[in-house]
Amino acid sequence: MTYAPGDPVVVKNDWPETRGPVHIRTPHYLRGHKGQILRYLGDHPNPEDLAFARPAAKHPLYHVTFPMNELWPEGRANDELVVELYEHWLERP
Amino acid sequence: MTLIETDGEDLLAAIRKLLVAKNLVTEAEIAERQQATDNASPGQGAKMVARAWTDPAYKALMLEDGTKAAEAMNIPMRGMPPLGVLENSDEVHNLIVCTLCSCYPRAVLGYPPFWYKSAAYRSRAVRDPRGLLGEFRTTLPDTVKIHVVDSTADYRWMVLPKRPAGTEGWSVEQLAAIVREGDMVGVTVPSV
Amino acid sequence: MAIYRRPRPRYSPAMDNDDKRSHHDMGGVSKFMCEAVDIEPHALTAFDRDVDALRGVLGAKQIMTVDELRRGIEAIPEAEYHRLTYYRRWIRSITDNLLRKGLITEAELRAALDAK
Repeated sequence: MTYAPGDPVVVKNDWPETRGPVHIRTPHYLRGHKGQILRYLGDHPNPEDLAFARPAAKHPLYHVTFPMNELWPEGRANDELVVELYEHWLERP
Repeated sequence: MTLIETDGEDLLAAIRKLLVAKNLVTEAEIAERQQATDNASPGQGAKMVARAWTDPAYKALMLEDGTKAAEAMNIPMRGMPPLGVLENSDEVHNLIVCTLCSCYPRAVLGYPPFWYKSAAYRSRAVRDPRGLLGEFRTTLPDTVKIHVVDSTADYRWMVLPKRPAGTEGWSVEQLAAIVREGDMVGVTVPSV
Repeated sequence: MAIYRRPRPRYSPAMDNDDKRSHHDMGGVSKFMCEAVDIEPHALTAFDRDVDALRGVLGAKQIMTVDELRRGIEAIPEAEYHRLTYYRRWIRSITDNLLRKGLITEAELRAALDAK
């Protein structure tokens, strides 16, 4: 576990779906956006491998929050998204 | 047309026959599984909510570990994804969606409703939650902060709604009876 | 003098990463933003419940993970994905996965379909 609650993070601006068949659990609308670690949710086998019946290493999973106005031009700053993201999709800003 | 594009009803019949013939699955297992799923219903989640409203220690457990809280109410959780419970308050309103598929806390709420699986719900919840709530006739004060929870991974999320005014002194049975499916997803709020 | 600003359309596909996202990845996608949510109850059919239970058994017996189910659903071409009902996507994915794993063969499936 690399991140602690309150840490700022950026979701990788990566698009594996443009490179071939994949299964990813990081919604497109978060890629490249800044959020903040809310809580650690334990280590879980990587679904990107489970989906193809490959051996799946466990990755730390976090709840990450994003202000709505970080994601959408019309978003309200006071509302926020809370999303489960695996550590390998997160970077320090 | 490829084989896989065969109509679903025919595919199901064929697959089922083959899996049974190969001893991979039995009809009894399918029936048993169906029974278990049919037994899970919003009534179970409602019982958890009613108890949390009347028992502070249970509420603390529920917010700390939803799976344990469900098991404490004899809800079978073995083999189910971990359950997380998020509390609505005067300050925060949680709304659950799964934009990628239709992850739903089935162990405590049963089959996901049709709207939860729809493209409109999956798209709009994360971007226009207040407009979406309006369609469920739910209006929140501007001062309430909405947390839209996109259920993308290993957990399943359930909302612990706010206990409505006017229910003081009610029994847990009375309280459970006013908690609806949508209240525990966050599209509606319980009222009396 | 006030500067005239053209009002920005509230939901514009130009704002989507539409060229890059997969079609199942629907959060905030402009083309669905003006679509009303059908909040009427829709009862499940016997077929729906059977597919649901079959998936549950395959998962419990570790024949197929829920992640594999999702992969198979996401692999359904976009137009088909939207045309098929929820559980028709599931049975198609289940079939695809069982074929991929070699647990059933195309010949067996064809024979079983023909025998109907």
